[in-house]
Amino acid sequence: MREKESKGTILWKLFKATFGLSACTFGGGFVIVSLMKKKFVEELGWLEEEEMLDITAIAQSSPGPIPINASVILGYRMAGLAGTAAAILGTILPPMFIISMIAVFYAQFRENRLIATALQVMRAGVAAVIFDVVWNLAKNVCKTKRALYITLMIVSFVAAAVLDISAMLIILVCLVIGLMDAVTPVLRKQEKKGRVSE
Amino acid sequence: MIVQLFFSFIKVGLFSVGGGYAAIPLIRNQIVDVHGLMSLEEFTDLITIAEMTPGPISINSATFVGTRLAGIPGAVLCTLGCILPSFFICLALAYFYYKYRQLGGVQKVLSALRPAVVALIASAGLSILLLGIFGDAGVAPENLRVVECVLFAGALYALRKYKLNAIQIIFGTGAAGTLVYALL
Repeated sequence: MREKESKGTILWKLFKATFGLSACTFGGGFVIVSLMKKKFVEELGWLEEEEMLDITAIAQSSPGPIPINASVILGYRMAGLAGTAAAILGTILPPMFIISMIAVFYAQFRENRLIATALQVMRAGVAAVIFDVVWNLAKNVCKTKRALYITLMIVSFVAAAVLDISAMLIILVCLVIGLMDAVTPVLRKQEKKGRVSE
Repeated sequence: MIVQLFFSFIKVGLFSVGGGYAAIPLIRNQIVDVHGLMSLEEFTDLITIAEMTPGPISINSATFVGTRLAGIPGAVLCTLGCILPSFFICLALAYFYYKYRQLGGVQKVLSALRPAVVALIASAGLSILLLGIFGDAGVAPENLRVVECVLFAGALYALRKYKLNAIQIIFGTGAAGTLVYALL
């Protein structure tokens, strides 16, 4: 984070960024999260990549819309409560504006072929952005050179994409594996100590 | 009724763990079954719109229901209700995360979660790619849309080669694709 930026500038940038992302996100929460990663990690350099992934895991595991959850945490990280307010506002204004327009002009909207086409082709662009983000993320997981992490990534992908297992369950299982991974060295140490004292 | 809507959406926000698609049945339960504010048909239309327009699905649904039933104040209240639980819960989680994340044990647990998150993002990317190149008709060779395949490849190339930002890419493909289809 660049310290010279004033709080006002950060709040404004935060609002602008979340507004822009929310205005062009289609589909589920993970779409906006990959756009956030591109914006806040790659373009603005505000967050570390690991931090963004942690935020995603927390946002996914707590109740409520994932993009809102991620905005709350991200805003808090950048500028405390004011940051949270700016990020939430940026995230909810575009859909509120677009949807309330559509709610009024509902019939015309559904009949319009040009809009339908634009919305359909934009998916290809969104998919390209996600693939770009995933490519970088996956590369970094492989760089850790820990068989455990690479296996977890592949197994999780198969579980989510092929077996259609819920994201919640996948995160929960990985959480347990992570806990075991964190506890094992401690246990081993104690075991050694126990043997020595015998 | 507005107050009732507000509390309904607080419930939706509080009990929908796992994103927009988890929220849909909850919203249906509150709006269609419990309070009978919308017919099932209207509700199905609402979900279609919430999915095809930008923004989080549950926020979209909240705004749509609110506007339909009580105008702009309704939209604001429903959205507010939907995000209120997130706000408090995630603020607390963020506080603890930034307080304890440097601890060795916490780091190890988080490191095991990160590969899973990468996989989940990849899986979401795959499903939107399939929707993009096959359309809503389903994954089958005869539904393959060549224009979208070219757009996807072009967009990915532009992203990796010229480091364009996400918004430029998405609106770029939208404009290019619409133009091609208009000319075809």
